[in-house]
Amino acid sequence: MKRSNEPIFWSLFGAGGMLAALIGPALVFITGIAVPFGLIFKPDTMSYAHMLAFSQNWLGKIFVLAVIALFLWHAAHRIHIVLHDFGVHAVTLVRVLCYGGAFVGTVIAAYTLLKL
Amino acid sequence: MADTEKIIEIQVLRYRPEQDKEPVLQSFKVPFTDDMSVLQGLQYIKDFLDGTLSFRWSCRMAICGSCGMMVDGKPKLSCKTFLREYYPQGLRVDALAHLPIERDLMVSVEDFVTKLESIKPYIIPKEPRTLEQGEYLQTPQQRDMYEQFSSCINCMLCYAACPQYGLNPSFTGPGILALMHRYNADSRDGGQAERNELGYADEGYWGCTAVGYCSEVCPKGVDPANAINQNKMASAINYFTRFITPGGAEK
Amino acid sequence: MSARRPYVRSMDGWWKRDAYFISYMAREVTAVFVALYAIVLLFGVVRLSQGEAAFNGWLQYLTTPWMKVFHLIVLAVFCYHTWSWFNIMPKTMPIIFFGGKRLQPGTITGTGLVASVVACLAVLLIVRGMS
Repeated sequence: MKRSNEPIFWSLFGAGGMLAALIGPALVFITGIAVPFGLIFKPDTMSYAHMLAFSQNWLGKIFVLAVIALFLWHAAHRIHIVLHDFGVHAVTLVRVLCYGGAFVGTVIAAYTLLKL
Repeated sequence: MADTEKIIEIQVLRYRPEQDKEPVLQSFKVPFTDDMSVLQGLQYIKDFLDGTLSFRWSCRMAICGSCGMMVDGKPKLSCKTFLREYYPQGLRVDALAHLPIERDLMVSVEDFVTKLESIKPYIIPKEPRTLEQGEYLQTPQQRDMYEQFSSCINCMLCYAACPQYGLNPSFTGPGILALMHRYNADSRDGGQAERNELGYADEGYWGCTAVGYCSEVCPKGVDPANAINQNKMASAINYFTRFITPGGAEK
Repeated sequence: MSARRPYVRSMDGWWKRDAYFISYMAREVTAVFVALYAIVLLFGVVRLSQGEAAFNGWLQYLTTPWMKVFHLIVLAVFCYHTWSWFNIMPKTMPIIFFGGKRLQPGTITGTGLVASVVACLAVLLIVRGMS
């Protein structure tokens, strides 16, 4: 029996899933609802100056990268399984598209955050 | 009591390889009483309505694991499921899902039995002991680590509940992986390394996507989903640390 | 010659067969929305690196009706993700003994959900404090 390489993808999936389960609803609420609707928070909460300062801080960079990259890897793993579940047999293509997409997203996020 | 006798319609998915190209439904009207199981309904059909109906059964008391079938689409032991629950609308009985139909309600068990043998479902002693040394001792907590997983009766309901097995029969499947865990989790056992070669493969723990339905349908409360998924973390740790742990790479 | 001719049934549409499978698929499909949300954030980061005007364009885009509706759906999906994640957790964890007794599935799920509520409130308070 060949040892599975699933642990790599499963670990990223699990980390992303846990992060999303713990703080996902709060993040979506802040960036997608409260700030655009002008609720609860001050109007300049997500202003350019604030977000730039946040993303120039090392902890801020790590946090933003962790959220984007882990969410992407979590989703890539599940979408890959869903396609298998729906009976899509192009296994290699599905893997390349799902994990490749997550990889590209991670690289773009990391590169952009490093430059800031 | 005869005047209170009720009649229920049982639709059975028939498959007679010598005459049916594919399975066909056949309907039977069966008189029943409230204490009759689905299995007894089928026995009534075989005795009085159609002697050619084939199905497996033995103990009639939910311990032999022979009479598993789909009752209205759910994997059930037919001896443990009552006709009254399907009255008056009637019920449909199919062979267990995801397994090849051999004839009528009987499925092929070849794949299951081959896999069962392959996982060494017996204790491989950690340290050999002579009779004079006495028995292997175990604390209640050590026993609790595997006891639940040792209740499997090989009825294969979990296989009928597992879409991953249905989609890809090379996956070892819930029941047998649960049994594998039952031995791996036994403090007296030392066969983990041998068994985990399969466990750490795509055909092993990693073929499971945590649907969880196997644990719902198990008539013995085995919880195969837990037996499988609790090994993923250990398998992942082993994957990443195998090159730095002594002897880890060969495993 | 063997009279055997085992019949293998099709798996087409298997997930529609049982309500349990539908809820499993719903759990898995949440990932599409997680991915979309991550992509929205990724765009925000890229726009941030392109200067104030670009970033304000992204902020403006978030206030369009379509994006508001989208985020309301995403919020609902994330809540379902949180619930389903901790709901399956008792199956994915090793057996744990706490004070000589086995930790029950309900306790594990409940602890996870409470942890999630606390973590979400903490994030909201921190963001409120920072701005």
